[in-house]
Amino acid sequence: MEQAIGLVTGLLFGFLLQKGQVLRFERQVGFMLLKDMTIIKFMMTAVLVGMVGIYACHAVGLISLSVKATNLAAIVVGGLLFGIGWAIAGYCPGTSIGALAEGRIHALWAILGMLSGAAIYAEAYPLMKQTLLAWGNFGKITLPQVLGLSPWVIIVPFILVGLGLFAWFEKKGL
Amino acid sequence: MNHSLFSAQWNPYLAGALVGILAVLSVVVTTLIIDKPKYLGASTTFVRASGLAEQAIAPEHVAENAYFQKTKVKIDWQMMFVVGIFGGALLASQLGRSAKLEAVPPIWEKRFGPNPVVRAVGAFVGGAILLFGARLASGCPSGHGLSGNMQLAVSGLVALIFFMVSGILTARLIYGKGDQ
Repeated sequence: MEQAIGLVTGLLFGFLLQKGQVLRFERQVGFMLLKDMTIIKFMMTAVLVGMVGIYACHAVGLISLSVKATNLAAIVVGGLLFGIGWAIAGYCPGTSIGALAEGRIHALWAILGMLSGAAIYAEAYPLMKQTLLAWGNFGKITLPQVLGLSPWVIIVPFILVGLGLFAWFEKKGL
Repeated sequence: MNHSLFSAQWNPYLAGALVGILAVLSVVVTTLIIDKPKYLGASTTFVRASGLAEQAIAPEHVAENAYFQKTKVKIDWQMMFVVGIFGGALLASQLGRSAKLEAVPPIWEKRFGPNPVVRAVGAFVGGAILLFGARLASGCPSGHGLSGNMQLAVSGLVALIFFMVSGILTARLIYGKGDQ
C-alpha cells in the first residue's frame, strides 16, 4: 500500500514538474545565472500553498509535522557542496529522473554520478558522524518555535513577500 | 496560456500551486492510510538504490555500514515516488509533445563545446558532488526546499539559502554571465 501511494504521488509530481518546465537544464542553470525565474516561481508557489495547507491541517490535529534537525555545520557545508554540484550537473535529484524521461539523455550521467555520490557518502558517514554532523546541532526546530510566534504571523508576511517578488519577476520579464 | 493535458507548458505558478496541494494531500492521505506522514523528498532514494546495487556485489559490506543501517536499504514509499516521477514526466512530455533528445544542453555547449563525453563527465562529477552534499545536509530541494519550508523548518530555510547562493556563485564562475 505504502509503495502504491508513493508511485501515484510520484506520477502526479513528475507530471507537474514536466508541465511547469522546471526539469530542464536551461531552466535550472538559467535561474543560477539569474536570467530565468521559472523554477523559483514554481517552487515558491508550491511552498506558499503548502505552508497554508500544512499548518491548517496541523491546527485541526489532522497531521503531524516531520521536521529535519538543524545541524548547522552539516547543512552549511552540505548546502555549499550541493550548490557546486547542482550548477555543474544542472539537475537536482528529483529533476534528474524527470529530465531523463523527457529525453535529456545526459541526465543519465548525472543520475549515475548521484548514485556514486551516495555510495561515497555512506563510506564517509562513520567519519563525519561525531564531527561535522554533530557540530552546531539545534535539533528539530521551526521558525514559529524559535521566534515564539503563531505560524500564521510568519506565513502571511511570507505570502506578501512572495507576491511582491512574483510581481517584480513579471515586470522584469524574468 | 492553454492548460490541457496536451499543452507543452503550464503556467509555472499554476503547476507550482498544484504541487503545493499535492504535497499537503500526500501528508494527509499517508497519515490516514498508513499512519506515517510522507513529506515529499528524493535524495534518500539514491542512497537506498546505491545500497541495493552494492548489496549484489558485497552484501556484508552493506550490512556493516553505519549509514546503510540507519537508512535501511529497501524499496519504500520514496523509492516508488521517484520511480513515479519518471513515469509522470514521460507521460506529460509525450502528451505535450515536448520531449527532446538532448546529449549536450545549449548553455553547456557554449562553454564547453559539443562533445557529449565532456558533458557526461561533467554531469557525473556534478551529480556525485551534489548528492554527497544533499545527504550531508539531510535533504535536497524537495526534502528541504519544498517539504522543509512548508513546515517553516529552520533547517529547510538555511539549506535552501545555501543551495541557491552556492549554485549562483558556481554557475557564474563556470558559465560566465551566460551572455551570447
